[in-house]
Amino acid sequence: MDINTLRILATVASFIVFIGIIVWVWRNRSKPDFKEAANLPFTDDQS
Amino acid sequence: MQDLNTQSATYDDGVVRQFSIMATVWGVVGMLVGVIIAAQLVWPELNLGLPWTSFGRLRPLHTNAVIFAFGGCALFATSYYVVQRTCQTKLFMPKLASFTFWGWQLVILAAAVSLPLGFTQSKEYAELEWPIDLLIAVVWVSYAIVFFGTIAKRKVKHIYVANWFFGAFILTVALLHIVNSAAIPAGLMKSYSAYAGVQDAMVQWWYGHNAVGFFLTAGFLGMMYYFVPKQAERPVYSYSLSIVHFWALIFTYMWAGPHHLHYTALPDWTQSLGMVFSLVLLAPSWGGMINGMMTLSGAWHKLRTDPVLRFLIVSLSFYGMSTFEGPMMAIKTVNSLSHYTDWTVGHVHSGALGWVGLVSMGALYYMVPRLFGQKQMYSVKAIELHFWLATIGIVLYIAALWISGVMEGLMWRSINADGTLTYTFVESVKAKTPYYIIRLLGGVLYLGGMTIMLWNVIKTATSGKAAVVAIPPVAAHV
Repeated sequence: MDINTLRILATVASFIVFIGIIVWVWRNRSKPDFKEAANLPFTDDQS
Repeated sequence: MQDLNTQSATYDDGVVRQFSIMATVWGVVGMLVGVIIAAQLVWPELNLGLPWTSFGRLRPLHTNAVIFAFGGCALFATSYYVVQRTCQTKLFMPKLASFTFWGWQLVILAAAVSLPLGFTQSKEYAELEWPIDLLIAVVWVSYAIVFFGTIAKRKVKHIYVANWFFGAFILTVALLHIVNSAAIPAGLMKSYSAYAGVQDAMVQWWYGHNAVGFFLTAGFLGMMYYFVPKQAERPVYSYSLSIVHFWALIFTYMWAGPHHLHYTALPDWTQSLGMVFSLVLLAPSWGGMINGMMTLSGAWHKLRTDPVLRFLIVSLSFYGMSTFEGPMMAIKTVNSLSHYTDWTVGHVHSGALGWVGLVSMGALYYMVPRLFGQKQMYSVKAIELHFWLATIGIVLYIAALWISGVMEGLMWRSINADGTLTYTFVESVKAKTPYYIIRLLGGVLYLGGMTIMLWNVIKTATSGKAAVVAIPPVAAHV
């Protein structure tokens, strides 16, 4: 395979992964996971 | 935070204290060298006629000192502090962490000696010769082991977003440093780049721009995502936005380097590609800035009374400003005016003094009292004074260089009806003198603020004692 075909594939794959991340974040935006993660800096205040 | 309860586990804060103190010390040193070379541009005689104190040797000393000594120590300190607290665990291999401190200080000393002596690989922000490069690589890999080891043994489910940014910064800088510093040694302090011609230039600016993107941006965004919520006492505005912010930066920054090589021997399509990706970068940068600022929504009044929060939030305004200016300057037609002028220098300093400097100072003002068992810094009034000195200094600095940069760009391109140049080069140099004086004044103010900070940090450290902070129980979060 031509090296340029590999380069194109890697670029397109990266783009698809990025779109996938956005979709995943959007679908999970109201799940408790993100809220829990966002509060991690405050765990030492509760003790 | 509470004092030691002997049977409970505690954080490894010794190395954080060391790096925090040295960040402040190197800040003063690096900025002092900056002020000296700014003065040399107005009064060239200040180079004393000696090779070791000439502009060409002191300038890389300044950039290395502020970026890698001041910025680097601040990044080590904050990342070790944040990763332990958001993972609820001690550092992985604390002895190796201690090695990263002493190793990094040795790198800085080697730079401070070798650069004035004239040893250089002549790659911007990667000037240090190959034996020092090897030491950097060893220290950096150790840093990665400590950091990722700590994440691996975390007691909580999630990896907090600040750690993603710190992690990306550590991994990418390792990659950039090793690839760009590849060289053939030709003696103990002499080497030749492994690349040639335009490839060498492209590797250098792939490194150079990602040093901006990952060393000077991602790492400091890690600080932002921890210290802004902590100081504002509320979680980040949108956690989902922070994830998109992270991945958008990761996927985009790598491509932006060619904008440093507009109108050079680099193929035209590569230049255009670099320009387009630089423009795309505006979106994630502003997303991150808005996310940081909106964290304050409902708590804006805190800005009136809390100078530490003001450091953090104003740093975000400068982040927004310079990440707007950057993409504009990457547009080829704008770049044809701005490149090689003082505008570039002004742009860099709006990011470096405004964003990187202020966010580090804010983070240090947050950490230092806590590391030494104090409620707040020795003098809160001095923080206030530092804030105003720094802000006025930055505004003077960047406004002066905007004017002188655009002016010299216009003078260089101005031609007479018969096609000859209107101005000689030296006329453009002469015209810049008043702006160089204003810039020097801005630098002096900024250095003055940093010196006050050093005094404040020493006072806080000596009037307190090394605090031992227990790791809170984690049952609720497993």
